[in-house]
Amino acid sequence: MRRWTTALLVFGALMAIWEWLVRAGVWSPVLVPSPVDVGKYLVVSIQDKTLLEASYVTLKRLLLGYAVGLVFGLPLGLLIARFKFFQDTLGLLALGFQTLPSVCWAPMALLWFGQTETAMFFIVIMGSLWSITLAADAGVRNVPPIYARAAQTMGSRGLHTWLKVILPASLPFIASGMKQGWAFAWRSLMAAEIYITILTGFGLGHLLHYGRELHAMDTVIGIMIVIVLIGLLTDKILFSPFESFLHRRWGTGK
Amino acid sequence: MTLADELRNEPSEKLLVECVSKTFRARSGKILALENISLNVREGEFVCLVGPSGCGKSTLLNIIAGLDRPDTGRVLADGKPVNGPGRERMVMFQESSLYPWLDVFGNVMFGLKLEPQFSKEERREVAMFYLELVGLGKFTRANIHELSGGMKQRVALARALAPNPRVLLMDEPFAALDAMTREQLYSDIQEIWAKRRKTIVFVTHNVREAVCLGDRVMLFSPHPGRIQEQFEIQLPRPRDINSVDLAKYSTEITRALKRHLKPELAEVSE
Repeated sequence: MRRWTTALLVFGALMAIWEWLVRAGVWSPVLVPSPVDVGKYLVVSIQDKTLLEASYVTLKRLLLGYAVGLVFGLPLGLLIARFKFFQDTLGLLALGFQTLPSVCWAPMALLWFGQTETAMFFIVIMGSLWSITLAADAGVRNVPPIYARAAQTMGSRGLHTWLKVILPASLPFIASGMKQGWAFAWRSLMAAEIYITILTGFGLGHLLHYGRELHAMDTVIGIMIVIVLIGLLTDKILFSPFESFLHRRWGTGK
Repeated sequence: MTLADELRNEPSEKLLVECVSKTFRARSGKILALENISLNVREGEFVCLVGPSGCGKSTLLNIIAGLDRPDTGRVLADGKPVNGPGRERMVMFQESSLYPWLDVFGNVMFGLKLEPQFSKEERREVAMFYLELVGLGKFTRANIHELSGGMKQRVALARALAPNPRVLLMDEPFAALDAMTREQLYSDIQEIWAKRRKTIVFVTHNVREAVCLGDRVMLFSPHPGRIQEQFEIQLPRPRDINSVDLAKYSTEITRALKRHLKPELAEVSE
């Protein structure tokens, strides 16, 4: 509670200084609108539903694409870790694609799928898939062999060992890979939305883009704040509980 | 089984190790870890394998467990050849092999869940029984990292005992513990062994520990790993590691150990 109060006070003070700088004419309102103006834009855009709709469109793309990345990334990582053949082929491919900034997939996605939702999904999937794959692979490789040996003496074999020992043992690695995958997916989606107009839905990136076209700095800053807030919230809601569970169980972290 | 088979079968040893050899390939060439080891262990016997590190005693234990395969020779458990790991021969490892993603109770349940004959309720009962037996009845929901080294090895013991194996294979399970905790565990393991009548093969490099626990102590020497001598320990139980009688035995065995190591050392110094 105390930490929240501190954060509120500090950010409140910074906003007050910002407001004062704009009102005193130190900063031009054309380039830096006052926090009150940004707030007004946010209220209006929430009321006329543009902001909510855009957030919904963006989050849907992100969550669905990420889910697909997760569903395919984990098994691919396990395959790479398990079979030498996949390690030498798919593993190399995954490493290569992971280093490729995923917005580089945008031109190909556009040519293949046109200005459609599919193109957006494709970019998000490519952003998250390879990080998750590589993290799962690294996780499995770092499992102490004694875990599997102990499981074998208790009668565990094959798939059971993989699901009940290897997979949970590699969770700390997988968790950080999931987080990285999420970050890449989020970045690539924003880049793609700013860069590509999709006819079926306007996301936050599109609003940001039009804010620039219309020289509406209140829109630009307002949307940026929303994007930051979404990032913070997903971290707190999606990853923090999972991470604190891991820290508690493994005894890592604070 | 026909009558002829029945008659031909001698009363089988619990564990029979026949002429087992094992080589490892290392950078410096082949290492003969075990050379022609034969050993038999009676039902309910507590056998300790003692020797300096690198003498292959852990390798032998892994072969008995079915985790490693011998190059030549074979291992029989109850007259049947060992072809892989199995629940009737549970292993307790030197380092902690407990699963950090499960709590204490979950770790003990791991092996039990692989026993289809139990109902859920029975499994919980068995797990609780063994956790009480090792004195951890109050720590069932603790995370593994919250336990001390001694408590961890107690959980490992409960986990190994829970599927009710007839043979317990222990690979220097107390090596990383402090002396006080170890002494407590010596008396605990003797008590559990007496209560549950297990056959135990116990690997250690600590001669005193071996004399304290074993009915029989097998002395190993390294390069290549061989059994040099065996000692019957005829001391009443429960034994106290600090007793004078025990010290006599361990002095004798330590002397024998040095005798077997000497030619080796002489070779090195030449």
